[in-house]
Amino acid sequence: MSIRHGLLALLERGPRYGSRLRTEFESRTGSTWPLNVGQVYTTLSRLERDGMVAQDGEDDAGHALYSITEDGRTELRSWFETPVDRSSPPRDELAIKLAMAVGAPGVDIRAVIQSQRSHTLKAMQDYTRLKAQALADVPSDRDEVAWLLVVEQLIFQAEAEARWLDHCESRLVRLAEAAATEPAPSSAPAARTGARTAASRLRARS
Amino acid sequence: MSSSVPSPSAGPPAPVLELRALTRTHGSGIAEVHALRGIDLSVRAGELVAVMGPSGSGKSTLLTLAGGLDTATSGQVVIEGQDISALGPRGMAALRRRSVGYVFQDYNLIPALTAAENIALPRELDGVSVRKARKEAVAALEEMRLAEIADRFPDEMSGGQQQRVAIARALVGDRRLVLADEPTGALDSETGESVLALLRMRCDQGAAGVMVTHEPRYAAWADRVVFLRDGTIVDQTLSSGAESLLPAEGAR
Repeated sequence: MSIRHGLLALLERGPRYGSRLRTEFESRTGSTWPLNVGQVYTTLSRLERDGMVAQDGEDDAGHALYSITEDGRTELRSWFETPVDRSSPPRDELAIKLAMAVGAPGVDIRAVIQSQRSHTLKAMQDYTRLKAQALADVPSDRDEVAWLLVVEQLIFQAEAEARWLDHCESRLVRLAEAAATEPAPSSAPAARTGARTAASRLRARS
Repeated sequence: MSSSVPSPSAGPPAPVLELRALTRTHGSGIAEVHALRGIDLSVRAGELVAVMGPSGSGKSTLLTLAGGLDTATSGQVVIEGQDISALGPRGMAALRRRSVGYVFQDYNLIPALTAAENIALPRELDGVSVRKARKEAVAALEEMRLAEIADRFPDEMSGGQQQRVAIARALVGDRRLVLADEPTGALDSETGESVLALLRMRCDQGAAGVMVTHEPRYAAWADRVVFLRDGTIVDQTLSSGAESLLPAEGAR
């Protein structure tokens, strides 16, 4: 998660002090990714080191104010213009767990799938309830709109996971049926024995 | 729209629908197929339950048995305290008119009747005067912000409007149980969501709902999600408030 760019985006609206940045970050994202003040100040000092923000005096209450620099604005614009990198997927614990569960002794992979599906659906129910609350009144200010987008992202992500779990289950059933009706091949094809990365598989196919 | 938590003052409400050790077997001997193998499920007023599972898991059988459209091989279906197997054909017909509403994937509105007439029909069949039934139907449409389509025929409505009219019809009069079979099946996602929001609202107002769906996004509107596999319930989610999920009331 890019706290760095999030803070730059908030600073573009004018000079702010650390704990106010934290509050604004959280109200924009509905406290989905809580920040502590320490993280905010660490990030600010790195941004300052890189010339993207500068200290800008104090407010009436004596809070040290930070403001965005021209370099900071350039960095922020390029963040908005550049797609988030999806070519090196982050580690996904569930994918790893299911991969390990295939053929693992004493593990019922369908039970693993079902308990996850239940858990994921439960999370979706909770998110959907939050979303229904958010929609009860038409979202008006930008924090409310932003929060709605975030909670819907959580729903979409959970939905993708639930659908993938359904898919895994029916895939396993079909493979088991196929294995039961077809004789086992005498030897594994050589090309499939070596470990290959997803990227090398993609290259091989094109 | 109010919160989805039923009022706690009344204590735990009696179940509107109870399925007890319900089984349904088709055929016999070598051709025997067990569509349902001992289902226990109870649905209270104010509760929306989603039923999920792969095709052939028994979802639709469960719904048709609960609505009295099919007869169980063994076990009981109890609707508002009444075992429906004790009812004769006439009693069953009355129960379906008065207590149970069905919502189908393809809406099933009567094409020759307007929205208001479709909703009024089950009440008229039940002996309510035409005028009163019409009044109730228009009130139901108003409540659902559909007043402007009261006099439209089904072919003059969008799919989403037809489905919302079907939900109004399912819950007109004193009917408190709505059984919905893939109610969002033919709708795009935003329209499907508006149908679910309406079903949710009707349950919040005191109806009990059971909905079969294969879409996690719609199932997530329910209080409880029941998973079927091979005719048995393999798992269900426990309902709880959203508070458990996110820190504090950071949302607003």
